[in-house]
Amino acid sequence: MYQRDVYGQTLIEIGRKDPNLVVLDADLSGSTRTCLFAKEFKSRFFNFGVAEQNMMAASAGLASCGKTVFVSTFAIFAAGRALDQIRNTAAYNNFNVKIVATHAGVSVGPDGASHQALEDIALMRLIPYMKIIAPCDGPQTKDAVWAAYNTPGPVYVRLGRPKVPTIPGRGPFKFGEAEVLTNGKDVSIIACGIMLKQALDAAAILEKEKVNCRVINIHTIKPIDAKTLIDAARQTKGLVVCEEHTIVGGLASAVDEVVSENHPARVIRVGVRNRYGQSGEPEELLNEYQLSVNDIVSACKKVL
Amino acid sequence: MSQDKEIKFLEDKARHIRRLIIRMLVKAGSGHPGGSLSCADIITALYFKALRHKPNEPAWPGRDRFHLSKGHCCPALYAALSEAGYFSEEHLWTLRRLGSILQGHPDRRTPGVEVASGSLGQGLSVALGMSLAGRMDNKDYRVYCLMGDGETQEGNVWEAAMACSHYKCDNLCAVIDCNGLQIDGCIGEIMSLEPIGDKWRSFCWNVLEINGHSMPEILKAFEAAKAVKGRPSIVIARTTKGKGVSFMENVLEFHGRAPTKEEAEKALKELE
Repeated sequence: MYQRDVYGQTLIEIGRKDPNLVVLDADLSGSTRTCLFAKEFKSRFFNFGVAEQNMMAASAGLASCGKTVFVSTFAIFAAGRALDQIRNTAAYNNFNVKIVATHAGVSVGPDGASHQALEDIALMRLIPYMKIIAPCDGPQTKDAVWAAYNTPGPVYVRLGRPKVPTIPGRGPFKFGEAEVLTNGKDVSIIACGIMLKQALDAAAILEKEKVNCRVINIHTIKPIDAKTLIDAARQTKGLVVCEEHTIVGGLASAVDEVVSENHPARVIRVGVRNRYGQSGEPEELLNEYQLSVNDIVSACKKVL
Repeated sequence: MSQDKEIKFLEDKARHIRRLIIRMLVKAGSGHPGGSLSCADIITALYFKALRHKPNEPAWPGRDRFHLSKGHCCPALYAALSEAGYFSEEHLWTLRRLGSILQGHPDRRTPGVEVASGSLGQGLSVALGMSLAGRMDNKDYRVYCLMGDGETQEGNVWEAAMACSHYKCDNLCAVIDCNGLQIDGCIGEIMSLEPIGDKWRSFCWNVLEINGHSMPEILKAFEAAKAVKGRPSIVIARTTKGKGVSFMENVLEFHGRAPTKEEAEKALKELE
């Protein structure tokens, strides 16, 4: 299932319910799948062409008139190109602007470095009022988009480009509450987005070696679920944080901040280390950037 | 009110607003007198004639929207809002103080401010969003956006210029306060903008070029803009930075320096 398809379909659901929903895109509606909404609600969809800054600032104008605005483009152009418009105009006013950014991380694949956002979580975390959700699969994308809609103020939803498997056995989605998928006592593996599947695969390998992992799906990165993290720090030997993002400022930093203030514990970061992405197939890139299942297994062994 | 009387009323009001600007800035000890004085006539014309609004009901859904994109000139806006009755005059003397409803750049904590501004170049996009929302809601309100000329050096402005005409935003009227100066010097020397009118015409806007200190010309331009259908209008208002205070007029220093007590006294005398 593509997260992007689910996003487009969910927009239609919300659009049917709420006539004040407006969707904006910057010439990528086919890729972000906002085209699905555009087809059904022509008068509530605006294409801004290749002009992300204008789109982001215009979303604030629409929101000031009572609209709930979903704004989509690739993560690199949303969080990077239009950062000042997000910071000073959409978020500072605490408007109902929901940025749903697709094509995050190295798994974008062949398009290479310029299109692989590895810093967007960090950039959005820095902005007051901004909330961040990075759903792990198709069904959770639907929950995340609804949560973004239902949560007042600005929200950033991070989606990937590739098809993702559906994670079995998940419970209901609760905004701001991490989901503990396996309740092991040896090591905690904390992941978001497509890295959750990698984390579960790593846990399965470790299980065979009699290592019990606590796999935590931390779909909401801001506000972060401090309690679940502090419990993990208390009850396991250490935390391995996995994200398709630079190790600076993103999920790992968010976890570090909570743990170091409340219950200092070992935190090992599985993420991109001060590098740009490059062309390649998603699987190859996950290996190249040390985001593979084996990299997570090795990180867990460092903790033990 | 007869037309002559109305013009006289607005000119007097603009002079009073200039006095308030000087008094606010000398009290605050910092701020931007030059651009506030250059746009004082335009803002007066908006708040006391052109805009449909209810100062005692700032969120009235039918109100015309005004967005000050050149946010640093908010003293002019705050003075007009206070004079119009959005809040009492005493707030003006708290400008730029901790906890004040009057921040150094516009903020939604001020009654009458729709959207914060300060980071230049984004206001026309905000106005575009308001314009699209009005059309979607079948509301007949108009949207006004005041920019500075230096501000239009921002690329974001031209993205918005393109989009406003693409979406045929005829409920939108932009104004450029062309006072010819920016922080580092004359606009022609720092980064040329001329021919400004031709630039906007080439983006398919209805362009009205006026003397931005002539109250009749300002009112006429807003009326003319209303009548144009199928495209947005822009008023290129030629102004003088620091207008109304002889020693501030065209003086670069007063872009971003508040007057001293002595200077303020002198300025207020000139504005009597």
